[in-house]
Amino acid sequence: MKTVKLATSVLALAAVAGAAQARDQIQIAGSSTVLPYATIVAEAFGENFDFPTPVVESGGSSAGLKKFCEGVGENTIDIANASRAIKESEVAACAENGVTEIIEVRIGYDGIVFASDINGNGFEFTPEDWYKALAAEVVVDGEVVANPYTKWSEVNPALPEQEIMAFIPGTKHGTREVFEEKVIIAGCEATGAMEVLTAAKGDEDAAEKACITLRSDNRAVDIDGDYTETLARISSNKDGIGVFGLAFFENNTDKLQVATMSGVTPSVETIASGDYPVSRPLFFYVKKANIELIPGLKDYAEFFVSDDMAGPDGPLAEYGLVSDPELAATQEAVAGEELMN
Amino acid sequence: MTAKTSLLTPDARTKRRNAAEARFRLYGLIAVAVAVIALAGLLVSIFGNGSSAFRQTTLHLEIPLPEDKLDKSGTRDLEVMKKVTTIGYAKVLANALEAQLDAQGISVEGLKSKDISKFLSEEAPATLRNQVLEDPSLVGQKITLELLVGGRIDGYYKGRVTRETALLDKNVSTAQLDLADALKEMGLLHTSFNWGFVTAPDASEKRPEAAGLGVAIIGSFYMMIVVLALALPIGVATAVYLEEFAPKNRFTDIIEVNISNLAAVPSIVFGILGLAAFINFAGLPQSAPIVGGLVLTLMTLPRIIIPARAALKAVPPSIRAAALGVGASKMQSVFHHVLPLAAPGILTGMIIGLAQALGETAPLLLIGMVAFVRDYPGAPMEGFFDPATALPVQIYNWTQRADPAFVERASGAIIVLLIFLLAMNAVAILLRRKFERRW
Repeated sequence: MKTVKLATSVLALAAVAGAAQARDQIQIAGSSTVLPYATIVAEAFGENFDFPTPVVESGGSSAGLKKFCEGVGENTIDIANASRAIKESEVAACAENGVTEIIEVRIGYDGIVFASDINGNGFEFTPEDWYKALAAEVVVDGEVVANPYTKWSEVNPALPEQEIMAFIPGTKHGTREVFEEKVIIAGCEATGAMEVLTAAKGDEDAAEKACITLRSDNRAVDIDGDYTETLARISSNKDGIGVFGLAFFENNTDKLQVATMSGVTPSVETIASGDYPVSRPLFFYVKKANIELIPGLKDYAEFFVSDDMAGPDGPLAEYGLVSDPELAATQEAVAGEELMN
Repeated sequence: MTAKTSLLTPDARTKRRNAAEARFRLYGLIAVAVAVIALAGLLVSIFGNGSSAFRQTTLHLEIPLPEDKLDKSGTRDLEVMKKVTTIGYAKVLANALEAQLDAQGISVEGLKSKDISKFLSEEAPATLRNQVLEDPSLVGQKITLELLVGGRIDGYYKGRVTRETALLDKNVSTAQLDLADALKEMGLLHTSFNWGFVTAPDASEKRPEAAGLGVAIIGSFYMMIVVLALALPIGVATAVYLEEFAPKNRFTDIIEVNISNLAAVPSIVFGILGLAAFINFAGLPQSAPIVGGLVLTLMTLPRIIIPARAALKAVPPSIRAAALGVGASKMQSVFHHVLPLAAPGILTGMIIGLAQALGETAPLLLIGMVAFVRDYPGAPMEGFFDPATALPVQIYNWTQRADPAFVERASGAIIVLLIFLLAMNAVAILLRRKFERRW
């Protein structure tokens, strides 16, 4: 009986202590692509400022934004990291819960690269190759047929004679959307398949859908885990070609070789200049209502986009973030707490 | 006339039966062998990858602390000195290393100044800065520190980085490896036991060499305290009531079935419940061990009640009858006789329940404990409300990082978790051996 009494009083005490305490550390959640950058900044922030180190969760852009939109106040997260821009439906969901003032901060760009085992063949791709290799249906001699290709050399004689085997991000990843849009659909259009499909399916939406429907005969494998899983698949299947983030590739240059896309080698420079086609902006969203509640929130946002961090020579660029050429404008916007329109 | 049978020569039927038995034994042996091989494979891969996490390479470096860099005002005013960030301290360190190389007459071919500044861990400037801010009078003097070297250099002494991979790796150069070898020869670079791995907090992707389990161990420990403080009294009270006092009717039957069902509910469900009940409704903070502990309590309760009831059931009815026979009340018979006799079984169930809770990640996912947390949670009671992670969460986080050095860290963390689990299970077995009574 004594233990029961003790436990109850301990719990009651705990509840009182908790209620009296205000949160003093920043809470962040969202994209796993932005996570490494956010942790690098959070760590440096904790070291150099008198505020506690922010707590950074991952879990994906959508999950992060959903949490972000749950409301304002101490019991909600302050910042959502996202590897895509916030959707209108999400802005509406936010507004419904009282999150009306959102500051959008673009931190830079992320390149998506295609890489294969370092001891294997080198590749020089174009979006057309990827479309023809991976789509469920392709156009051969003006006819829509099930994908007949089994080797890269059949897709494009310039490519090595190697089995088609691609490890692509699963549909829950933000990377998949970029891959579909910038590679598959671009390839679909460039091969002229789009026109044929539009004629065959009736309208353009259906044609686009047909473009991004990928083959299901185990030559295009969805990876629902992270890039470490893709890397593990490639090391056990040397014919495989994986889709990675630039930062991940740069940390594993001793195991992977990168393919060019339309003749351009992906690097921080070629992505910044826009020559390398497959890239996307990265964002974080700040809840303005929480700036007054949580000490250091604004300092963190400003520190993140400062030249020391997000600049072209900063630690984020070193890790693989493509620095935003318009960083100065972003810095001003954050300082002025400019809301997104 | 029937054939003569003898006890000494087995007939065909006996031979068949003996053969069947021999086959069955063989199947059993094969099953055990498969299990042992699988376990051995797992352990070999974990220990092969992870044992190196317990060793770490450090550099013994003499650092002059120039006043013009670290405290331009010369006032030793902390507020002014804090303006110098770790970037400033990184330059001081690079200069110190360069000066040391000159002084020792070490020259390495092809070594660029960038190689020197990247030789040390990015954690090192923070270590130095904290040291200086703690004792500003150090400025202007020389101090010697044991500093972490970069993850790739550390990997060189663990066989993860070789000269061949260094040529392909843009994060390390062979000149840096030459420098490391030269420093090792001078006795300045050593590899020693890595206490930081069990005490230091997590670190970002750019400094795997500094990442440790400190916050995760404290977080796990706090959660276990919460689980112990809540699940033990509630679980035992439930078990005692249901087993000894409750009338057998449809209502208690329903409760019984529900408890057994709850034990089989996937743990993520408790995470969803925890998010709704403790964070959204009760307003408890995110990522806090108290919430994690509460969720794990809910998850563990049925797993404690069931063995506790089994332990109570195993106490022979004659004990109860004898106690009642000499005039004890029902409650006295339970608390003076039945419960003490069942205690070893209850404790064993409790410890095994705790061990299960210690290894749980899924329910923590939704309550914000799967996170990057660098600040240690405070002392109890406030510490229960500070953000923290847990051991299995830290393993999960590390397996997702890009830098190959985190593979070693993740396996090392698995070893630490296994040691904790092994210790808890050993205690459970010892308790059972020592106090178990047979009738």
